[in-house]
Amino acid sequence: MDTKNSTKFEPILLSRVGRPNSTSLESYRADGGYTALGKALKMSQPQIIDLVKASGLRGRGGAGFPTGMKWSFLPPNVTGPIYMCINGDESEPGTFNNRILIEEDPHQVLEGIVIGCYATRATTAYFYLRYEYGRCYRTLQKAVDEMYAAGLLGQNILGSGYGLDIHLHRGACAYICGEETGLIESLEGKRAWPRIKPPFPAIEGAFRRPTVVNNVETMACVPHIVNRGAEWFQSMGVPKDPNNPRDAGSYGPKLYCISGHVNKPGLVELPMGISARELIDDYAGGVWNGRKAKAVVPGGISMGFMSADELDTPLDFAGPGRVGCLGLGTAAVIVIDDQTSMVDVLYNTCRFFAHESCGQCTPCREGTAWSTKILERIRSGHGKLSDLDLLLEISNSIGTIPGTTICGLADGAAWPIKNALTKFRPEFEEYIRSGRKSEAPQLAGAH
Amino acid sequence: MSELSDEIKQKIRDHFVRYPTKQAVTLPALHMVHDQKRCVSNKAMEEIAEILELAPSQIHDTLSFYGYFRTEEAPLGETRVWICRSLPCMLRGGEQLLSELCSRWGIQPGETTADGKITLELAECLGACDGAPCMLVGDELSLRMTADSVEQQVRG
Repeated sequence: MDTKNSTKFEPILLSRVGRPNSTSLESYRADGGYTALGKALKMSQPQIIDLVKASGLRGRGGAGFPTGMKWSFLPPNVTGPIYMCINGDESEPGTFNNRILIEEDPHQVLEGIVIGCYATRATTAYFYLRYEYGRCYRTLQKAVDEMYAAGLLGQNILGSGYGLDIHLHRGACAYICGEETGLIESLEGKRAWPRIKPPFPAIEGAFRRPTVVNNVETMACVPHIVNRGAEWFQSMGVPKDPNNPRDAGSYGPKLYCISGHVNKPGLVELPMGISARELIDDYAGGVWNGRKAKAVVPGGISMGFMSADELDTPLDFAGPGRVGCLGLGTAAVIVIDDQTSMVDVLYNTCRFFAHESCGQCTPCREGTAWSTKILERIRSGHGKLSDLDLLLEISNSIGTIPGTTICGLADGAAWPIKNALTKFRPEFEEYIRSGRKSEAPQLAGAH
Repeated sequence: MSELSDEIKQKIRDHFVRYPTKQAVTLPALHMVHDQKRCVSNKAMEEIAEILELAPSQIHDTLSFYGYFRTEEAPLGETRVWICRSLPCMLRGGEQLLSELCSRWGIQPGETTADGKITLELAECLGACDGAPCMLVGDELSLRMTADSVEQQVRG
């Protein structure tokens, strides 16, 4: 990378991507791998949790919850097993960073998992991996086998007396398994219906035992924090807002996925807080075909849309919320050019959530299905202007924010609707008034 | 006559040691059977239930939740091809690709070609948005697909 902002930044999480044999234990160790684990196993559990807390590491899976704090929620003096679940069900449209981390450098993720398990006293970890990531599955299984053979898993890891097993568990094509309690239900062999919280997983999770659920990229950060310290991690990103006591800051490196209408889609690692404009122009070769961006998804479709005049928003945990988006999400940036119909785009997001709603909560099941049907009507040239207010009413009525659903899937379905109909309303009105029809192919389908 | 071979039954039991409950082996067992038979029949569900000490309805309850598994009413063709239609792929022609494959193969998404060779499926985000439009064959992703490159890969 040779562009203006990258001159100072050396990739951390992606530093080994593309090297020969980057997936083997031998090459990982040659690059200093598992030294952090050796160091961590000489620390006490509270010391590691305090270190991760001090680093300001927040979960990379979408919610941005402080990782060290999550670990500290486990009840003290637990007798019996504690479980760690790794959420590798990466399914948020636009997101592929976990896939590349696992396919290219599985041991970095696994080292973080062993450290996290040691810190939380978990003795079994379940790595829940979406079924579609077959290459990840085989890469991980090989890496786990290497670890057992090298004494990095199983009983008495590196002579520390601590023991851990990691089991890979494959999903079966359901977005809702990325919701942590949906994941737990799925792991237990049931439909992935999210649970009512509380109790939170830290108190009662997998198999009714205390459980920590962590994201893949989050765990990949952990060995680096152990090796280089909390201050080093805090030297990157966006500090806490001194005027907002609830802001936990946005520290460390972040993997940004860039897709859609850019010349060079791909994965870029940068300090937290880069803007969408910089990502597009400096790292993705600009918008394709010499066009301009009309809208940009800041972090997976459930976060909503930024308009063309909001592209300088910093993509840290707090930035997208300031322009009406739901949040940073997975930092999956999807660029939509000025030749694309926002009606087609919104139909696509609504259809996704209708397809992926687990059906447990009526407002989500019905709200996602009806918003899709309303947009089908608009796309067929039979929309009414009152449909737009109806869509807004649905979007304001479904989700955990209005308090009508168990999990956040419906908030994610609602946000693109809210943003599209407030930021791009004239386009929708013009579409309906002119009786325009979508040019997209009509597809029938079983599901 | 047992639907599941002794070998697969043993493979299912071998998973018990990984989990504190037998029910947790439901998805691994369904995958093992599906990989081999290209569907999970009612008889197979009954036999899985027996091994896991569950009611057959519990196996069916789980199976029917996930988009992945086929029952005996709709078994798969030899090759299962998923084409992604979610936003990043849609923006780069995923829906046109799906539509073109439907017309070339004379089937709708979810259906199998008359010769039983290909089942075409529409997928929601496959996690390969850097290579949109993308495809999943079996459990391997392929990036930056066109109708011609799909046919070349699938038909050889």
